[in-house]
Amino acid sequence: MGRPIISVRGLGKRYQLGATPGHDTLRDHLAHALAALQRRWRRRNGEGAAPEPAGPREIWALREVSFDVMPGEVVGVIGRNGAGKSTLLKILSRITDPTEGEVRLRGRTASLLEVGTGFHPELTGRENIFLNGAILGMTQAEIRARFDEIVAFADIGPFLDTPVKRYSSGMYTRLAFAVAAHLQPEILVVDEVLAVGDAAFQKKCLNKMQDIGRTGRTILFVSHNLSAITRLCQRAIWLHQGRVMRDGPAAEVASAYLNSGIGTGAERTWPDGAAPGNTVVRLVRVRVRREDGTTCEAVDIREPVGIETEYEVLTPDKVLVPNYHFYNEEGVCVFISHDVDPAWRHRPKPCGRYRSTAWVPGNFLAEGRLTVNVAISTYRPFEVHVHERDAVAFTVVDNLSGETARGDYAGKLPGVVRPLLRWQTEVLES
Amino acid sequence: MNAGMDSAPAISGLMSSDEQVLRPRRGLVAIDFGELWRFRELFWLLAWRNVLIRYKQAYLGVGWAVLQPLLTMAVFTVVFGKLAGMSSGGAPFAVFNFAALLPWMFFANALSESSNSLVASQNLITKVYFPRLLIPTSAVLSGALDFLISIGLLLLLMAWYGVAFTANLLLMPVFFGLTFLAALAAGLWFSALNVRYRDVKYIVPFIVRLGIYVSPVGFLSAKGYEFLGPAYGLNPLVGLIDGFRWSILGAGFEPYWPGFWLGQAVVAVLLVSGAYYFRTMEKTFADVI
Ligand SMILES: Nc1ncnc2c1ncn2[C@@H]1O[C@H](COP(=O)(O)OP(=O)(O)OP(=O)(O)O)[C@@H](O)[C@H]1O
Ligand SMILES: [Mg+2]
Repeated sequence: MGRPIISVRGLGKRYQLGATPGHDTLRDHLAHALAALQRRWRRRNGEGAAPEPAGPREIWALREVSFDVMPGEVVGVIGRNGAGKSTLLKILSRITDPTEGEVRLRGRTASLLEVGTGFHPELTGRENIFLNGAILGMTQAEIRARFDEIVAFADIGPFLDTPVKRYSSGMYTRLAFAVAAHLQPEILVVDEVLAVGDAAFQKKCLNKMQDIGRTGRTILFVSHNLSAITRLCQRAIWLHQGRVMRDGPAAEVASAYLNSGIGTGAERTWPDGAAPGNTVVRLVRVRVRREDGTTCEAVDIREPVGIETEYEVLTPDKVLVPNYHFYNEEGVCVFISHDVDPAWRHRPKPCGRYRSTAWVPGNFLAEGRLTVNVAISTYRPFEVHVHERDAVAFTVVDNLSGETARGDYAGKLPGVVRPLLRWQTEVLES
Repeated sequence: MNAGMDSAPAISGLMSSDEQVLRPRRGLVAIDFGELWRFRELFWLLAWRNVLIRYKQAYLGVGWAVLQPLLTMAVFTVVFGKLAGMSSGGAPFAVFNFAALLPWMFFANALSESSNSLVASQNLITKVYFPRLLIPTSAVLSGALDFLISIGLLLLLMAWYGVAFTANLLLMPVFFGLTFLAALAAGLWFSALNVRYRDVKYIVPFIVRLGIYVSPVGFLSAKGYEFLGPAYGLNPLVGLIDGFRWSILGAGFEPYWPGFWLGQAVVAVLLVSGAYYFRTMEKTFADVI
């Protein structure tokens, strides 16, 4: 042991929010520079100076973060959206400079902030393996030496020489992860990569990560999946609003995080005393599920996703209407949905436990992270019994399968929803 | 360090094994040549990728690299040679013009590609570290294949018009190297500016569109010098086009050297300042792109 392999001291990162007003075109920038000169000139001549334009808004994504990591440690980083987790990893992997403080790294570092970085849809699987490997930091000789292993892990055999734009989303992620899994750095920095792919694939990746951890490599690993964190890591760091809230054994930190109510995952259960609600109704459990009944953190854009709420009715004779409010990462309310199940329409619920599930159809939500507020209300007269903000969250994943609304377009796709429309083309003249 | 922890050979692309200190960089940042050398494999791969994608995406593929210069030459030969009756200094107008199109087209394509390269690599820049200089530089290099194809066409044209092959041809690689540096100088500036300012992407096509008429592609550079004096040489393409004509058409086309060196001085200034500007802005690329 001895010296830490990663030392972070007083690390801070400041971001500017939005473009500096009037400085996002070269023309305006030059005009402003001239105006500033003019101001200075006037001031020197004792004339009244025009006020300086307001500066941009700034936020500290990280502030006064310090910790050490010993060689061979596997450390999980948790925290809610916007806590600064990705920012920390970006500084460690040199993608961005810190604003203050310093980091010392005493080993070769590789980072995996996304699977398939640099994959190009027009290139074949084979070509992408070489390109992606090099981008992640492998030499050509190393890639050649591990090529067969990579292909075997990805399980894409006959499609090796097909452009990846023709791959299914599963094949695409498998290939992308396979390349990354064969990196052999001393320090590996991983962000949220398990949020993609199906359950079986996620399991395979977790196992692979576990193997890597066992070989004595140092891993820093960000995930919203707390069970993965507690399984893979001995230690966890909980970031909140850019600062370290807690640093210690993974299980302890994870449960502190869960109990704080700050974390939002795919599943929430409340112990009796702490359940949100009133004397009419109380929440028991909320989770995000697939059709096969499994809880899921990430869903393929093509698949329906269910929000399931279990609650306990304590006062009979009220018409209780569960309703869900979906918010995207920008904080936009994507939609609100009320339970209009005819079986319970205008019908009071007797005391007891209930489970209500709403299904969001596949090919409807845009990719990204969605947070769900869960409420239970009565409408005549209007009463809100429960309103749990950020009850659960999940990530919608859209890959280049060619079967979704993104077609073969691989870039960033704006939009709050992403429905798959029925398109029709008629030949009018030929 | 744990014994036997990692038996893999040193990974060139990754950071070196000794201690790395990451802290805020302030002031001007110089080029780290050692680091660029460690990443040389990635440099070639990125250039190879650009070429592969370009040929895979273009409908005509390699055909485009043949047609584009030939069609441009045909138009120039008709408009400048026949209609405007411009002098070609005694050489066949087609060859005279093609000799200028070689550096011009390389420069124009390299500039367009490289100035757009950082913005187009947004997903790489925000997700993985490598020296950002590789991006515009490999974009400039990826035009070299088109250039080689054009050289093949030039040799055919020379044979067709009976232009003698002289020892001057051996100078062409030198002039190509200088054209590369000129394109790189402009590419460094514009690619870095493009990250920050939205209007830069309109400026570059404008330069490319006008540049072909301002530079002596359809006429003798002597005409420009007549008009503007040695200041005409401030456009580095003037000297470079003269250099290509000299190496292809021989002694009668020797460049006007004061103008030539003036252009090279402009390139040197742009290249050094561009490298500093790029390196200094580099730390903000991932945040603002
Ligand atoms: N390039 C940027 N420009 C401006 N603000 C940014 C930038 N990148 C991140 N931020 C802001 O910094 C804060 C921290 O972001 P960061 O991506 O590190 O959070 P995170 O913990 O990874 O969140 P998530 O769980 O959603 O991935 C957020 O408020 C975010 O809006
Ligand atoms: Mg993040």
